[in-house]
Amino acid sequence: MNKRVNRHIGLFLLLKSVRMATLLVAICFISFLLIKNSPIDPIQAYIGADMLKVGPEQREKIAEHWGLDQPIIVQFVSWGSALLTGDLGTSMIYRRPVAEIIHERFLHSFVLMITAWVLSGIIGFAMGVISAMKKDTWVDKFIKWYCYTLASTPTFWLGLLMLIVFAVWLGWFPVGLGVPAGVLAENVTIADRIHHLILPAMTLSVIGVANVALHTRQKLLDVLASEYVLFARARGEHGFGLFWRHGLRNVAMPAITLQFAAFSELFGGAVLAEQVFSYPGLGQATVEAGLRGDVPLLLGLVICSALFVFVGNVIADLIYYVLDPRIRERRMI
Amino acid sequence: MNAAFNIKKRKNTRKQFNRRKRTLVVTVIAVIFLLSIVVGRFLLDEGRVATNLTIRNAPPSIEHLFGTDWLGRDMFTRTMMGLSLSMGVGLIGAIGSASIALMLGMAAATMGKMADRIISWLIDLFLSVPHLVTLILIAFTLGGGFKGIVIGIALTHWPSLARVIRAEVMQIRSAEFVRVSQKMGKSRWFIAAGHILPHLIPQVLVGFLLLFPHAILHEAAVTFLGLGLSPHEPAIGIILSESMKYLSSGMWWLAFFPGLCLLIVVRTFDTIGENLRMLIDPTSAHD
Repeated sequence: MNKRVNRHIGLFLLLKSVRMATLLVAICFISFLLIKNSPIDPIQAYIGADMLKVGPEQREKIAEHWGLDQPIIVQFVSWGSALLTGDLGTSMIYRRPVAEIIHERFLHSFVLMITAWVLSGIIGFAMGVISAMKKDTWVDKFIKWYCYTLASTPTFWLGLLMLIVFAVWLGWFPVGLGVPAGVLAENVTIADRIHHLILPAMTLSVIGVANVALHTRQKLLDVLASEYVLFARARGEHGFGLFWRHGLRNVAMPAITLQFAAFSELFGGAVLAEQVFSYPGLGQATVEAGLRGDVPLLLGLVICSALFVFVGNVIADLIYYVLDPRIRERRMI
Repeated sequence: MNAAFNIKKRKNTRKQFNRRKRTLVVTVIAVIFLLSIVVGRFLLDEGRVATNLTIRNAPPSIEHLFGTDWLGRDMFTRTMMGLSLSMGVGLIGAIGSASIALMLGMAAATMGKMADRIISWLIDLFLSVPHLVTLILIAFTLGGGFKGIVIGIALTHWPSLARVIRAEVMQIRSAEFVRVSQKMGKSRWFIAAGHILPHLIPQVLVGFLLLFPHAILHEAAVTFLGLGLSPHEPAIGIILSESMKYLSSGMWWLAFFPGLCLLIVVRTFDTIGENLRMLIDPTSAHD
């Protein structure tokens, strides 16, 4: 890669991050406003059952101590500046710093999501390729039917079915949780963790396949209709060799980008799958925080999920930019 | 001779029933199916969902097609009620979403560069947090319930449709009849309402139908998570989350049938939407 391209990528990244920063600030502000207007009283949520013992004067003191009597912009700025130093506040359910909880949960979720992501990518890509190469045969029709059906399947229902079949009837996998119950944290082996990971990961990958497969199929059909493929066919190339030489490169790129751009759906799916399998990840924490009114944790998770999606989008753009010479020549942002 | 004639005839009938017609037939059947669920809900016997402890935990049978739950309520009746409720929520949510998309899409394309930039930034904003997380946040803010979920769905599903509409308006705006109209001194408002809007209606309709399945699925998901409709409503999400407690005792029918019905309804909506899109789109309508 020459210098010009490097500079282009640098500029591209810079513009992207500026855009990302404005969006992130807006997300923080909007979610802050939303939560401020929620029916949950922060003081009551913090004190909990002891609310009856707290008089109105003490209440005012607490409000003053937390700056709740300030205008909303001042509150936002003080919250935002704490955020910038990495202080997300203390979770009310867990009584621990939010950053710590998110870090711990993220590791769990990340393993789950990355497994599902890789699996669904590979399987979906293969299905799309097979479907396009065998266009209009029963294989193609079956794959298409299967993908359309999957796209309308509720993730949590599929998770429940997996639970019924593999955990309750066959007893191959545990019914839930990230680690075996009643075992000390030091004694949990990697095998245990994998054992608990398989069902949720399978659920997520089965659902995730549809998008990639249909997209890959469409792209490969376009490629197969092109003149260079016609010429290759005229030279006698066919089947796998034809795909390997002329199809793969053209189709792989959109598929990879699509996978990265699908981080948002992956996160949404993980929330549901984690809830079904009571897998201790970010998604489950989001639901807990929402149900039990844990404001700092919920805000932290919203920002965390937005960052996650941003990273996916930037990687998707970057891959296009770095790998595809046609785009690199033409496009800025 | 006779056989050959037969083959020829059969070929003819197949030709008469081309893809367009087949698509139409499938669509009509699908619409009838969905309507029958909505209408059928009112024909169902409400007494079947009353608590009846003598027949609790019964597996599926002729009497109770989907079995009964731990209170002896008929699961088939509950499922049907849940489906029509889901469709109602989905309908309001999708209408809201489609109208937001229509307004913003048209505004982006007709009100100049600045509006376009702001709206595309807004679209990015809504796409940058996972839908489910936004829904949880909105449901949390509004304290859950029917209102929270409908507003949440309306606010999260418009971006993709808004993009489509924006592109469409851009195209129509540069058409000759619009330019002529501009030259004749018609107001912007007149052009938008009289020339552009009628061309958008098919697109919006199809977009709306394709939003619908997502809206229903998200409604069920949020309700399943416990942040949506209240536990007293017979929603599919509620039925499924309740069933989780009874799974390990082997009562598979509690989860299997309601979910399957939801899947079928969603898939039907999707089929109708895709079919209509195919019928409207001139490049695919004629083959």
